[in-house]
Amino acid sequence: MKKEFYNIAKLVTQNSKILDVGCGNGELMKYITENISKDIRGIELSKSNIQKCVEKGLTVIEGNAEIDLKQFPDSSFDFVILSQTLQAFLDPENVLNELLRIGKKAIVSIPNFGHWKVRLHLLLKGTMPVTENLPNEWYNTPNLHMCTIKDFGNYCKERDIKINLKNLKFHNFYSELGIFVLEK
Amino acid sequence: MSKFKDIKKIIVEKPLKLDCGQIIDNFPLAYETYGKLNNDRSNAILIFHALTGDQFASGINPITKKDGWWNYALGPGKAIDTDKYFVIAANVIGGCMGSFGPSDISPDTKKPYGTNFPIITINDMVNAQYNLLEYFKIEKLFSVIGGSMGGMQVLQFVSNFPNKAFTAIPIACTASHSAQNIALNELGRQSIMADINWQDGFYEEQNKQPDKGLAVARMAAHITYLSKVGLQEKFGRKLQERDDLKFSFDADFQIESYLRYQGSVFVDRFDANSYLYITRAMDYFDLTKKFGGNLSKAFEKSNTKFFIISFTSDWLYPTSENRDIVIALNAIGKNVGFVEILSDKGHDSFLLDVPDFLNTVKNFLNTSYKKIK
Repeated sequence: MKKEFYNIAKLVTQNSKILDVGCGNGELMKYITENISKDIRGIELSKSNIQKCVEKGLTVIEGNAEIDLKQFPDSSFDFVILSQTLQAFLDPENVLNELLRIGKKAIVSIPNFGHWKVRLHLLLKGTMPVTENLPNEWYNTPNLHMCTIKDFGNYCKERDIKINLKNLKFHNFYSELGIFVLEK
Repeated sequence: MSKFKDIKKIIVEKPLKLDCGQIIDNFPLAYETYGKLNNDRSNAILIFHALTGDQFASGINPITKKDGWWNYALGPGKAIDTDKYFVIAANVIGGCMGSFGPSDISPDTKKPYGTNFPIITINDMVNAQYNLLEYFKIEKLFSVIGGSMGGMQVLQFVSNFPNKAFTAIPIACTASHSAQNIALNELGRQSIMADINWQDGFYEEQNKQPDKGLAVARMAAHITYLSKVGLQEKFGRKLQERDDLKFSFDADFQIESYLRYQGSVFVDRFDANSYLYITRAMDYFDLTKKFGGNLSKAFEKSNTKFFIISFTSDWLYPTSENRDIVIALNAIGKNVGFVEILSDKGHDSFLLDVPDFLNTVKNFLNTSYKKIK
């Protein structure tokens, strides 16, 4: 399992009620089910990923986070997880609002466009950065709304969204990924 | 009915109050079982059949000598694995495979009920079948499963008996029969009733059969079970055993010949009045009605884990209607999974060899079963 998932799993509490938005093949959900909380379910767009989740015995709903989060009542989950997909939504602001409405806390990770490799790439090569975390070219990237850790921090500050992780070890310059625990 | 002499049935002695107000008792409920009930009676699955199905879901139907309607899904090692689970299937009341139906003899008139048979509902069907749990002394079913009208029965079952099934798989169904589906059913009924042999429903006592009307009803319905793409791929404009058009009303096209064949074999195995009664039951189905239009309330008391399945090319019970059930369950925080299976086989996909569908059912059942053991 990728390191990011271990870090996310550390942030959820025992036996809490969790929704994994864009749960992929269910790797993170499986780990959390087996180690932290059985009360977890996922939403996923890809039919083949859903098959993989069902094989693992996970509860998954086929759906699109931009449309299908509205069916969940306010504060119906202790944690809502969104791993590295915020930047791919047409309307990330709406999705973030929904996450904070249905979850008491939202755990959001973003690929950091402010990482030094990204900055260096653009500075020296003058082309759109392609890195391990951002492997696509400009013309086929699913990422519509790239931001930096600093951008995301500013966004939350402007909207009074609390970033509820005191020992934040993520730095705009050194971290390829930002993981945030958000609360409205 | 003598042809049903050797099939399994229970006689439900307890009075059952039907939605129409009538009370029935001492009525037959025909069933079949597959697999073995384990010692702690924890591996039982009740499956519900669709409009023209029956209790013979797997193997060979001993009455029609045809394959069971769910041979792809049900059997040893299959999606619903009868090496592992004990599967019960009953014929719905109103049906024509041995359960209490309109061709039964009325004790009052000594003639077949015909259209004197009471109108039945999905709720009545489910309440009748609940008696099988008592008969087999099953405290809680492992699962309730059904497609189309069978799916409606699944929903009704969980609503009526919220803690009698660990899991439920409603497939390609709806919680509330749509105007389009009522319209299509009415088309079938009118076709039967327009047949001069129907005789207001008392055809049996006159040794007549409204075969033509029933065949046309089946032909129309059959189209709705397929998809435009599926039909085009299978038949296109292919001609039936001829090189060119005959400039007549013969079945020039393969699709015509196919539909005529489907209609003709259907009348050999299905009763016209049962077709009227069962389609009526589907039309009356609206699980939200009792709950002021709020479907969530139908499931409020339930702990059942749902898995809902729809098919991309099903325009009869489209994904949107299946998704409405998902939404209603999510609104009250119930455990529900959902997937739309990619298939061009239309509504009939759930009866056919659609590997993604069969694997989904299999994986959901087997992983859920591990959790309750």
